[in-house]
Amino acid sequence: MGTRYFTKDHEWIEVDGDNGTVGVTNYAQEQLGDVVFVDLPAKGKKLTQKGEAAVVESVKAASEVYAPVSGEVIESNAALAANPALVNASAEKDGWFMKLKLTNKDELKGLMDKAAYDKLVASQH
Amino acid sequence: MKPDTHTGNRGLDLAEPLLFELGRPGASGVDLPDAPKVKSHLGGLDRDDIGLPNVSEPEVVRHFVRISRNNYSIDANLYPLGSCTMKHNPRLNEKMARLPGFGDLHPMQPESTVQGALELIHTLGHWLKVLTGMPAVAMPPAAGAHGELCGVMAIRAAHEAKGEKRTRMLIPESAHGTNPATAAQCGFEVDTVPGNARGRMDLSAFKAKLGKDVAGVMLTNPNTLGLFENEVMEVAQAIHSIGGYFYADGANFNAIVGKARPGDLGVDAIHINLHKTFSTPHGGGGPGSGPVAFSAALAPFAPLPMIVQDGDRFRLIEHLGDKGKPGEHSFGRLRSFHGQMGMFVRALAYMMSHGSDGLRQVAEDAVLSANYVLASLKADMSAPFGDTGPCMHEALFDDTFLEGTGITSLDFAKAMIDEGYHPMTVYFPLVVHGALLTEPTETESKASVDKFIGTLRYLARAAKSGTELARFKDAPKLAPRRRLDETAAARNPVLRWTPPAAQAAE
Repeated sequence: MGTRYFTKDHEWIEVDGDNGTVGVTNYAQEQLGDVVFVDLPAKGKKLTQKGEAAVVESVKAASEVYAPVSGEVIESNAALAANPALVNASAEKDGWFMKLKLTNKDELKGLMDKAAYDKLVASQH
Repeated sequence: MKPDTHTGNRGLDLAEPLLFELGRPGASGVDLPDAPKVKSHLGGLDRDDIGLPNVSEPEVVRHFVRISRNNYSIDANLYPLGSCTMKHNPRLNEKMARLPGFGDLHPMQPESTVQGALELIHTLGHWLKVLTGMPAVAMPPAAGAHGELCGVMAIRAAHEAKGEKRTRMLIPESAHGTNPATAAQCGFEVDTVPGNARGRMDLSAFKAKLGKDVAGVMLTNPNTLGLFENEVMEVAQAIHSIGGYFYADGANFNAIVGKARPGDLGVDAIHINLHKTFSTPHGGGGPGSGPVAFSAALAPFAPLPMIVQDGDRFRLIEHLGDKGKPGEHSFGRLRSFHGQMGMFVRALAYMMSHGSDGLRQVAEDAVLSANYVLASLKADMSAPFGDTGPCMHEALFDDTFLEGTGITSLDFAKAMIDEGYHPMTVYFPLVVHGALLTEPTETESKASVDKFIGTLRYLARAAKSGTELARFKDAPKLAPRRRLDETAAARNPVLRWTPPAAQAAE
């Protein structure tokens, strides 16, 4: 079990050693509504922090998902192609988007922990 | 849900299959002679089973009449999507468009035989220049987004002519989705500008993004929240100061036609949706049409063809010009032929029948109607910018008034169907939570708007009563079809029709 960080754009990243798993938060999936399609980056793609990483499409809108930190994609969640509803059912566990090999771990310092993120969400209600 | 009748019909509301499901082998509306015997040059690809439906003339007529009865239209009732989707189409426009001299034209006729048509396009262009206060206009664009493409291609051509490579286009977060799509299509990187607490583009955030790599700004005014961007002249001045251009999305011109001229506001290019402001049919009807007005700075780059007047003759410039000739710097051709002729006739008929005072009244009455809706419903629904002053042609509500009821904007919209209204725009603009965007337009009577307001007030109070959840969650209950499963349709789309198993027609 690694350490989990959050962004103000409602992504989470769980970091374990040099690798991290990225997804969108439960609050984000509630706001999106039923997810119908997820466009994930290919393995080997290099992402920069705050750059576009994926696109998630719901019945309401298409939204960009940004990379919480810079890194190289080592795996994307193949299960989402067949079953995008996983993002709604399990945003913070089985509905993960991609795994990254981090290239600049210092960037994690600018992210929020769970308590700070929960506070942010509460302030948006 | 299938009704409990032998036929599947619901009273006189007839269940209609697809035309392909109606066919009977051998049925026909016309008698054609046998084709002459000729040697086939199709290389063995000829076939008899191309699958066209075999139906008689009355079957075809009934099929399309039955389908038309399922249509909700501006000709049936108030349409709260307003000019954005379609406002009233005056019948005089239709009569003019059907005159044989306009209706039977072919775009490849010799110029000498279509002088009247060219004069009409030229005259319409003249009035678009007058109404926008801008010196040039391009008539070819086929719709609003095509007009955006035309304008941004001219911006790109202007920068290239100066030998400049600019890469960024600034676009406010409330913009129509076509704006960033257009900028990206033209190779620009989209840089989003946040809004402020008053629902306008944040001027200081905009200024902070300015630099020598900025090609221009794309701003809708009135914006998609139905609000006038009152700092628009500072936006124009700032973008010009760094050598950029100002594209205005004219989708909401209906609110300011005859009242404000985009040229006076510092705009360099603006498309005018003839199918919105100038009442030509679309939204399931005719084609769109999106002429673009240009400032003097962008005029030389306008697309071909263009019409020029030589004495009492009108001439089409269809090829890139020689040095010093019209079209010398044009970015080229945008589409086949000259534009949507049928829409040009209707739009000019609309302008001429209204006159300048009538067009001004269009804008005034459209804005008055929207403000009446906003003021009447502010207490029962929630208007996120209701306290920032009057709105323009659209009244915007959000879903704060539904908080804690378990009812969403979508449920509320579906309940409107049971009351006999097509819902307004929902969940757009994206910057407003659960948006309900209403545009009554200038042609509704006070009685009609009052009835609409009364219906929304009734539904808002029912939603908040806490005892009528089913009314919203089950809606629509009275429409020919119940609520469709949008999620299932998007996740598992059926993209190809396949014939139903043979059934007894008894």
